[in-house]
Amino acid sequence: MKFSTEMKKEMGILCLVTGLLMLIPLFNAVGPESGPLSVSAFQVSLWGKYLTYAVLAMSLNLLWGYTGLLCLCQSLFFALGGYAMGMYLMLMIGERGAYKSVLPDFMVFLGYQKLPLHWEPFYNFAFTVGAVLWVPGLLAFVFGFLAFRSRIKGVYFSILTQALTYAACLMFFRNDFTFGGNNGFTDFKDILGCNINSDATIRGLFIATTALMVCTYLITSGLLASKLGKVQQAIRDSENRVLFSGYSTTSFKLMIFVLSAMIAGAAGALYVPQVGGINPSAMEAAKSLEVVVWVAVGGRGTKWGPVIGAILVNFIKSYTTHAFPDYWLIIMGGMFVCVVLFMPDGIVGVYKQAKSYFARQRSLETTAA
Amino acid sequence: MIPHFFFLGCSGKSTVKQWICLLITAAIMTSAASARDARTVMAELMQAERAEQAGLIEELSTYGDTIIADIYEAWRTGGIYLLEQDTGSQLLQFTDAQEWALVHNGAVITLSEAEAAAAKKQRPARALRKQMKRIIDTLGLKADNTALRIDSAIKLGRSQKAEFIPALEARLKVETDKQVLSALQEALAISRLANGEDAQVVEAVQTLKALNSVAARAFLEELMQAEGDNEHADNSLSDACAEALISIERHMKQQEFFGSFFRGFSTGSVLLIVSFGLAITFGLMGVINMAHGEFVAIGGYVTFLVQNFFIQTWGLSSSAFGWYFIVALPVSFIVAAVIGLIMEVSIIRFLYRRPLESLLCTWGISMVMQQGFRLIFGAANVQVNNPTWLMGNLSFAGFQMSYTRLLIILIALVVVALTWLLLRQTNLGLHIRAVMQNRHMASSLGVPVARVNRMTFALGCGLAALGGAVLSQIGNVGPSMGQAYIVDSFMVVVTGSVGNLLGAGLSAMGIGLVDQLLQPSLGPVMGKITVFVVIILFLQWRPGGLFPTLSRSLDD
Repeated sequence: MKFSTEMKKEMGILCLVTGLLMLIPLFNAVGPESGPLSVSAFQVSLWGKYLTYAVLAMSLNLLWGYTGLLCLCQSLFFALGGYAMGMYLMLMIGERGAYKSVLPDFMVFLGYQKLPLHWEPFYNFAFTVGAVLWVPGLLAFVFGFLAFRSRIKGVYFSILTQALTYAACLMFFRNDFTFGGNNGFTDFKDILGCNINSDATIRGLFIATTALMVCTYLITSGLLASKLGKVQQAIRDSENRVLFSGYSTTSFKLMIFVLSAMIAGAAGALYVPQVGGINPSAMEAAKSLEVVVWVAVGGRGTKWGPVIGAILVNFIKSYTTHAFPDYWLIIMGGMFVCVVLFMPDGIVGVYKQAKSYFARQRSLETTAA
Repeated sequence: MIPHFFFLGCSGKSTVKQWICLLITAAIMTSAASARDARTVMAELMQAERAEQAGLIEELSTYGDTIIADIYEAWRTGGIYLLEQDTGSQLLQFTDAQEWALVHNGAVITLSEAEAAAAKKQRPARALRKQMKRIIDTLGLKADNTALRIDSAIKLGRSQKAEFIPALEARLKVETDKQVLSALQEALAISRLANGEDAQVVEAVQTLKALNSVAARAFLEELMQAEGDNEHADNSLSDACAEALISIERHMKQQEFFGSFFRGFSTGSVLLIVSFGLAITFGLMGVINMAHGEFVAIGGYVTFLVQNFFIQTWGLSSSAFGWYFIVALPVSFIVAAVIGLIMEVSIIRFLYRRPLESLLCTWGISMVMQQGFRLIFGAANVQVNNPTWLMGNLSFAGFQMSYTRLLIILIALVVVALTWLLLRQTNLGLHIRAVMQNRHMASSLGVPVARVNRMTFALGCGLAALGGAVLSQIGNVGPSMGQAYIVDSFMVVVTGSVGNLLGAGLSAMGIGLVDQLLQPSLGPVMGKITVFVVIILFLQWRPGGLFPTLSRSLDD
């Protein structure tokens, strides 16, 4: 019985959060033009961006918080999803580009005569949605298979994933890689026939992002409640014991890794139309570490921690990069050191930390008395 | 004597001239009368009668002083003036600096306005111009500097003009320097390709083949083309050309290979110094120091500061400046070690039980440090000059090795030797190895683990800075200079087995070499990616790296 009341409570919170988030597009659509309740289209897409970050943080949390794998290529999966969506959006520009050609502008600029073969299928939206999921998933599968098979774990796994991100980033910076070099994709016009800059489309994208977040939340909690989730958390706590109990930890880890990559890819795909572009700097190694910061600040291994962390850190980032551009990195680095040293469970864990601190104080007092 | 010296009259009478020459020799205190200054001869030439010019030209052609070219250029373009006065006439050059200088010794004098107005412009005669041009063109062959001589010889050869052949031949007879000799031979052969008789051409082709002349390739190809078009040509020449071309090409490939090999070796050496530090901290404490790259940058910046200190105290051109790099090495080590020590005491020691968190925490520190560099030194790279004694190349079997890179390899060897001695021969080294093998056991046997941790972390940071100091001589010093090396160093540590210095050394060299050998054919980006893929595949074969530590303990 207790289990189901907890479930009810959880669902209640989820509905509340979703409802609150839905207020943003609602006020944008029917709210007043000015005043404290007015929400501009810019703010809708800004919050949409934060939500894609939140989903990205949730996908990392699935790996780091619940499986104990600190993956430093989450931003790579995010960017791959983004690039897949970007390819579709580039093709949807059609002949409205600066060069009035069917080819995307950068291809004309680089002297391409016809569309490269691997671009062709991206005219199809359904294929694009598929690619958003399977491209990061496939990369995660191949890399994860090789890495987990040779029992690479802990910090080694982190280092290798970082190197993978580094290598991919170098590759995408090249002009002849057919993905626009360091300028990447930008200047999108349409998505599914709707103007990408119209308020209605922006609201639609926001709602889709919220839906993705709810889906991710449900997947995470469904997984955690299942037997698979139990094995997953057991791997985090002591992989060798799970291994000796007869579980093939490799396939469990691989499955979670691929799932997490797919979620990150989907988040990236929703990020690109809301921000209006993507370039290789989105997959720099530092970006992956930033995702880790969000999760750590929010609280790893908690369901809402990553969401809170991602939104909070990005909120602070938007503010400080405007107010003190020179000190943003120092503030972020300092925040990070402090969180790791003093708040190992993040913001969500502060309450528990404080409770246990006071409990200890009380027990000390009673023993003294 | 002094007035005579300044108002050097060159009235054309040989007796007066000789007398003046004697005076000058006495005044300048040069020993032999034969070592007449090039300026003097030029001054005489300007005033000489036509009959005397030939002898003076002949004399001039034995000089290699570039001043001849400068003065002649002034003469030709109307920058030489003759001022005739009662006390005697004098030749003056109106220099670029808008000053009057005496032609025969270059001394700057001031003229009154009346004198300046009275000075008459001088121009060389047409016949003289032609002869002078020949002298000027071959002037470089006689320069004191060997590099200048080589440059000049190559330039003359490449022009393929028959008129330079005698000058080249003449120089070939008296030249003693080996490198210049081969340059002269090369130049002569290239020149003869166009000008010689058939037999001479074949001989020239063979000389070029023997010399492996890279410069001759275009000329040989041209010659082959011409022979191919010519129906009456004999095949022996074009065959010889083809053979020579193949040989030269092969030589070039070899050179390129050895060049990449050498560069890879030195890059590997830098990587080795940097990753030794990383391997020690990582292997010993299980702490991934993401700020390791920033310690590399500290090394670079300390070198920059030491350099500036030397420039301020002794000046850029002083001989003391050359020593700054030697001083910078230990200073950068100590500075970084102290900073590392502070970091360990204040932050790292709380994280030994949480390796993943230590990775994140050190990354936070690295961001703060990077931004700190930007705020202190600016976002742009700072300028670190090579000391003069590190410039230049050591030539070995026809291929060049820069002294800087040789020194880097040497420093890497010293670092390896010192680290080995530290780990094997000192008490601290014994403790470090004990803690590395089993932290708890070592602790219970009385090894001061906390102190060992501190010292090791400081050592690792110091080694990183040493790498940075070395790197400042071949790369840029900037806020993010460490980032380029950090990923590579991590790879080195992973492939070389954690905590194993031999493994780290071997894999550093291996990664450095493979990277540089692949770069010419695949480009820098694909080279890096290939190395990465190779490492992943290598770990499939040997998951624990090159020399895994054998242990029965479980790491959980």
